[in-house]
Amino acid sequence: MQDRPTFDELLGAVENFLDTEIVPNVPGARGFHGRVAANAIRIVRRELEREDEALAAEWAGLDALMVAETPPMGRKALREALRERNEALSARIRGGEADDGEFAQKAAQHVRNIVREKLRTTDPELLLRSNEGGH
Amino acid sequence: MPTIASVTPDEASEKLGAFLQREHAAKKVRVENMRLLTGGASRQTWSFDATVEHADGRSETLALVARADPRVGVNTMSRETEYRVLQAAYDAGVPVPRMHLLGDDSLGVPFFLMDHVEGETIARRILRDDQYAEGRKVMASQLGEIAAAIHRVPLDTPGLAKLPQTELGLTPAETELARIEATYRSITLDPHPAYELAFRWLKRNVPPQSDLTLVHGDYRMGNLIVGPEGVRSVLDWELAHIGDPMEDFGFLCVRSWRFGNDHLPVGGVGQREELYAAYERAGGRKVDPQVQRWWEILGNLRWGIICIMQARAYLDGLSKSVELATIGRRTAETEWELMELLGAGSEQG
Repeated sequence: MQDRPTFDELLGAVENFLDTEIVPNVPGARGFHGRVAANAIRIVRRELEREDEALAAEWAGLDALMVAETPPMGRKALREALRERNEALSARIRGGEADDGEFAQKAAQHVRNIVREKLRTTDPELLLRSNEGGH
Repeated sequence: MPTIASVTPDEASEKLGAFLQREHAAKKVRVENMRLLTGGASRQTWSFDATVEHADGRSETLALVARADPRVGVNTMSRETEYRVLQAAYDAGVPVPRMHLLGDDSLGVPFFLMDHVEGETIARRILRDDQYAEGRKVMASQLGEIAAAIHRVPLDTPGLAKLPQTELGLTPAETELARIEATYRSITLDPHPAYELAFRWLKRNVPPQSDLTLVHGDYRMGNLIVGPEGVRSVLDWELAHIGDPMEDFGFLCVRSWRFGNDHLPVGGVGQREELYAAYERAGGRKVDPQVQRWWEILGNLRWGIICIMQARAYLDGLSKSVELATIGRRTAETEWELMELLGAGSEQG
């Protein structure tokens, strides 16, 4: 186990440096890229905070939609397995199974939940503007 | 950001000066104030001043813009085709910069020169700064009038001859849908169930055959030069093609071009009704909102696929840009907007 500062605290220092030292003092494209870089740090901080819960929730959502499976151990294996399950869901949508009926409704609800969770990491302000900020 | 095929601003000044001297058969050309306006993944735009001393002793200073490929072999519309389309649009009364000269191999990459048009292109400034407050009130109407002018450029104009056409036997809508789906399937690194739902809906709701017109193809906030009075020029014609005019209104209303002004669907400045009314008053065809909606859904999907393409430029090592890297995560906002537009899964949302 590492000492303080935690990864989140370290990233917070980088984010603050970009926001307060680079963005206001560097004109033009480089300053703009400083702003983009600070935003990238914010995305990563939110993702590190949320990822375990988000991956578990996505797995559970797919279990409710398709045949339930046991998730693999470890974050990397879980991400890969989720990719494969999302491929399977995509293939079913392409095949027309989500055009109408109960599966269509459940699939749309699941996809909406997943996209909402993605936005909580990448662009929470968009959800606030859509009155979707809460859980 | 890479410069023009590794050309520095000083080298670009020297090379463009020599090019202008040859083309104008001038005694001397002095190039100053060379600066990079946009260093995009697909295009580099430089602005500069050229003082031309003509053989007869006259002297004039030209404010010019060079539009160049960022590297050799970029697989999009050629600079020559774009130059000729812009010239055709200018001749038809569309507000675009006046073309100056088609380039040669001076820069090592294809380029052309056009007149510099003063004004703001950065959408966030146009949407926030007080000096554009009056312009914002009329921009939706202006965009309708300008679109009417674009969509009535005669298709037999020679400058349009090399533009991409609708696929034989397909409608413009079917052509575009097939094109973006093929692109998506070939580049995506992750499955996107939200995009699959959108593709499926688009296929099941294709609009009927439309009239064929010149389509700008990238008609949106960010590709406009704006002054306090409103729109001055329409830029970035490299996606122009022959197709369904409603494609331009679909793309114009994509959520991402509202930059947070979500209640103003026309580029964050106005309502759809203002756009349509001005378009029809200016001689545009009657707008069918259902057809526009189909193209808006396709537009959001297309922008999402462009986000993936831009991220691929980073992931494949073509660019180290932090901007291109982070654009990869903007797919989520397009997925959200697609679910909203399709009304998918919203009853418990």
